[in-house]
Amino acid sequence: MAEIFILIPGRTSEQGCGISEGKFLDKYQQQINSLQVAPGDMQRLGLAEGDRVRLTSCERGQQVEVTVVEAKGDELPEGLLFIAYGDISSKLMGGDTHGSGMPTSKGIDVELEVLGK
Amino acid sequence: MATVESSVPATGELKIVEDATCTFCGCVCDDIDLTVENNQITKAKRACVLGKAWFLNHEIEEKPSCLIDGKPATLEQGYDRAAQILTGGKYPIVYGLSDSPCEAQRVAVSITDWIDGTIDTTTSVCHGPSGMAFQGVGEVTCSLGEVTNRGDFIMFWGSNPAESHPRHFTKYSLMPKGMFVPNGRKDRTCVIVDVRKTKSAKAADIFLQIKPRKDFEGLWTLRALAKGVELDPKVVKEETGIELAVWQDVMDRMKAAKFGVIFFGMGLTMTRGKHANSEALLALTRDMNDHTRFVAKPNRGHGNVTGADNVVSWRTGYPFGVNHNRGYPRFNPGEYTTSDTLANGEADCGMMIACDPMANFSQPAREHLASIPYIALDAKETPTTRAAAVAFTVATYGINAPGTVYRMDDVPIPLRPAFESPHPSDFDVLTNIERRVKAIKGISG
Repeated sequence: MAEIFILIPGRTSEQGCGISEGKFLDKYQQQINSLQVAPGDMQRLGLAEGDRVRLTSCERGQQVEVTVVEAKGDELPEGLLFIAYGDISSKLMGGDTHGSGMPTSKGIDVELEVLGK
Repeated sequence: MATVESSVPATGELKIVEDATCTFCGCVCDDIDLTVENNQITKAKRACVLGKAWFLNHEIEEKPSCLIDGKPATLEQGYDRAAQILTGGKYPIVYGLSDSPCEAQRVAVSITDWIDGTIDTTTSVCHGPSGMAFQGVGEVTCSLGEVTNRGDFIMFWGSNPAESHPRHFTKYSLMPKGMFVPNGRKDRTCVIVDVRKTKSAKAADIFLQIKPRKDFEGLWTLRALAKGVELDPKVVKEETGIELAVWQDVMDRMKAAKFGVIFFGMGLTMTRGKHANSEALLALTRDMNDHTRFVAKPNRGHGNVTGADNVVSWRTGYPFGVNHNRGYPRFNPGEYTTSDTLANGEADCGMMIACDPMANFSQPAREHLASIPYIALDAKETPTTRAAAVAFTVATYGINAPGTVYRMDDVPIPLRPAFESPHPSDFDVLTNIERRVKAIKGISG
């Protein structure tokens, strides 16, 4: 069953290093395609690292499939998801900037559906 | 055809470049000592993890300097085709600029003016909302040098410098010993506000984990406390996720500070509220000057995004999102900003300079960009260069190309390139395109 989460895309130092190495190489691709989930949410949803989930943007219905990793320690509170900026997070963003020039790029409501291994 | 094979200098010399400038992030550290062997940087002394990746992974792209529709072409053919594209549309856009030196940015604005186009920078999807807030509220500000020498209360709101600006704490804001903070970190109080307990949180004396999308409410809570307004503890806790007593403690420390600084990041500008969030933070900073000295600074991401704001402002009067279609500059974020001109399907051709909208923009914007002819300038291959009608591989600014960049506190810093590239610089490419645009438009001089 799908559950609503708030997705926070952001920078990571690994992603920054990956930009310098090359956007088509492993480090960058691994960063932008890994969804961090809070340990409590991982346990509750029966998720293990490497499992696949489907995210659906609540605003535009855009869907992506992504691999999960467990967020370190208490870095991420339950109910929040984190992913490094990149193709996945851009797909989930809406085009409307609400008169600001800036699409809502953080705090995106998404439905999460567990797909399994 | 200009190829790498034909023009790479074959040198075996070892060179030390002192005080080189790192242009990866807005800190623009200009104290890096580079060791260069055979046109490869082998050491980058004092560089952070991002700076080391920037310098040590740098390689000259082994591809032609120009591709037209994915096929190798001469630079002259590329300049001609670029000028034809830019002068052939009804709604040309020029976008990017934050990883180009000011000299190249200046030419990009000129081209936009000649073609009655719209110019925008990556600021619009970074601190553009803060730019709007500066116009509404004003900016109480200072240089990073003043932060180092005076700052005794340092707050980071929606910013994670430990990952995005790794030398921020050690070079500028927390650790350095300064004229009025002789004991460095011991003389400073650090407060970090974020929705996540980021790697930066470890550096804080007080970490406030605010509810997502409640930054505006948190900032107005502090504004109320600064003015001595009585608040309902239950409502404050419900709205912000943080006890009123904790907010009050922070406000007491802010009032007790001699020189307070609030650094803020895209946790504010990219979240619902956007410019209203930045306005609240700038207004809080202004309010605090009734009690003590307080300043605010956006933590800027790209190496010369601050230069882009400055150059576009000098040339047009506005910092980003500027339309020249009526023959004079008009500023309207939400209309002339690139996310909008693309997602709304208005732009019919463009030039993407040192940016990667095909990776970072919303899906509707990316789909429209893929459907129009555009020129791309980048030192590396990206999703944007791959889909470009004309793609120029350019020399990397700061490593191969000279120029001027602006640090995040608007301080201009010269670049000290380590070695030459066989590829042209952004400035070279844009200057040649400008000449051809002027010729097509019948503009002399």
